[in-house]
Amino acid sequence: MEQPEQDVVTQTVSTHLPKLETTVRATSQTPGTAIFEVKNVSIYYGAFKAVTDVSLPIYENEVTAFIGSSGSGKSTVLRAFNRMNDLVQGARVDGEMTYRGADLYGKDVSATAVRRRIGMVFQKPNPFPKSIYDNVAYGPRINGIRNKARLDEIVEKSLRRAALWDEVKNRLKQSGLALSGGQAQRLCIARTIAVEPDVVLMDEPASALDPIATLAVEDLIRELKQNYTIVIVTHNMQQATRISDRTAFFSVLTDSKNDTRTGVLVEHGPTQQIFEDPRDSRTQAYVTGRMG
Amino acid sequence: MAAVSTQRTADLREPSGWRRAKNRLAVGSMWFALLCVLIPLGFVLASVLVKGASVISWQFLTSSTIPPNVLPANFGGMGAAVVGTLEITAFASVIAIPLGVLGAIYLSEYGGNRPLARLISFLSDVMTGVPSIVMGLFIFTVWVIPRGLSGYSGMAGSFALACLMLPIVIRSSYEILRLVPDSLRQGSYALGATKSRVTLTVVLPAAAGGLVSGALLAVARAAGETAPLLFTIGAVEATNSNIFSGSNTALSVQIFDNVLQPYTGAVDRGWGAALTLIAIAFIFMIAARLVTARFNRYSR
Repeated sequence: MEQPEQDVVTQTVSTHLPKLETTVRATSQTPGTAIFEVKNVSIYYGAFKAVTDVSLPIYENEVTAFIGSSGSGKSTVLRAFNRMNDLVQGARVDGEMTYRGADLYGKDVSATAVRRRIGMVFQKPNPFPKSIYDNVAYGPRINGIRNKARLDEIVEKSLRRAALWDEVKNRLKQSGLALSGGQAQRLCIARTIAVEPDVVLMDEPASALDPIATLAVEDLIRELKQNYTIVIVTHNMQQATRISDRTAFFSVLTDSKNDTRTGVLVEHGPTQQIFEDPRDSRTQAYVTGRMG
Repeated sequence: MAAVSTQRTADLREPSGWRRAKNRLAVGSMWFALLCVLIPLGFVLASVLVKGASVISWQFLTSSTIPPNVLPANFGGMGAAVVGTLEITAFASVIAIPLGVLGAIYLSEYGGNRPLARLISFLSDVMTGVPSIVMGLFIFTVWVIPRGLSGYSGMAGSFALACLMLPIVIRSSYEILRLVPDSLRQGSYALGATKSRVTLTVVLPAAAGGLVSGALLAVARAAGETAPLLFTIGAVEATNSNIFSGSNTALSVQIFDNVLQPYTGAVDRGWGAALTLIAIAFIFMIAARLVTARFNRYSR
């Protein structure tokens, strides 16, 4: 009875995902398709210029890490990829930002449609005050999936991928808020991948976690790289070297005359190069720990 | 081992002197303030219980006719007023709670810093401070007078009570909605939810317990109001289950009328009505607690 309905649902879901049709698997050495192109992007909050003149590509099926000190605009740039900055009053993006060839800030672009393909995991785990099951099923449900069997399947698959299934399979009806910090963050990751996004943005996903939970999340990120493109902001340089293929280093430009601080992208490249052979002296100072 | 045993035990008590005295003083004044609040409350409850309990009976609560004032307390009862209070308050809630909650949603989720939102927020604050008798006068002027004698009805009373409840519901709902962490809204937006989805599926469920208890507190407040009903529902002594036409009555109005009478029977019935009203408010409070607990089952 339910079989044909399931097929229909699967099809409608997969149409959200150009990845399924166009996937070109990148080898770890040569970059694959650039999924994002950022050209001369500056981001403002009202009159305040938070980041100036950022240009970089993000490649498919890679982990790109954004490192740099506080106030260097890493998170601001990350949040521009799925238009989360739209939610901040007065936020404005100048320059060009494309996703698979489409202008992210184009006239007819819906932020909602963007966010369905480009998911986000936040610094502080933010499970909804709902059951574990409903947390994971939330995204699929708002995308119109109502079929119980199909939802069950998505929930199990997402929780398995997030390495949380074994810990919660017997208490799916319990509140998502009852989980520990590390479990809650993995629940949030499961919730994000349940909508099968194309890209997962992570804003310091492990900064609130203990070392063991951090390793679990890092393992998970390496796993997810097979299917997703990941951009991660991290304060932890060891973490960047452990998990990322490419690294972008941001720094702060201080204008003492006007007393303004603006974030700037100093350099980006393969992680190994950034850490072992940085081109810019600021990068070198930062990665060797001589500058905070 | 020897070294440890010869050591003097550390003194971890709060050092004596001014700090300890300040602490005692502060704790003492808190207990004093608590007593100051509890004593009058206790006296009010006790006197209503003592004077009202003797007349309470099933007949008192259900009798459809309030007897003439001269009759002693064992005749008739306040059933008509119980029905009136329940139906008038219920209809007022039907008007004020949805409007108030929707208004609060607008203020909290959609209005932002817009001039309209600021105006509504300011006006609802002002309305909270308007004396309840002014609400009664307002409905009396715009609804009752144009209709003459047939203007008196339970519905007119409901309108007045709704005017009273609306700002309370808006205020309490707004505060509750602001308490929903922004991180939850962002989590929902990041999954591709539209604003209405975020509001309906994350913000409202997270706030549901608080919204319900805020609304029920407003209901309890309205159920006890006398002034808005004095000029709006007229006065009858028999049950009128149709709030849309004909004069009606309510417990609060009956208390006001009866306790002022020179007849002991009427005064006793007034006290009985007071106790009934307190019991109704009490039941609402309990319900508010239960409902809040039910809605909050996932928040821990």
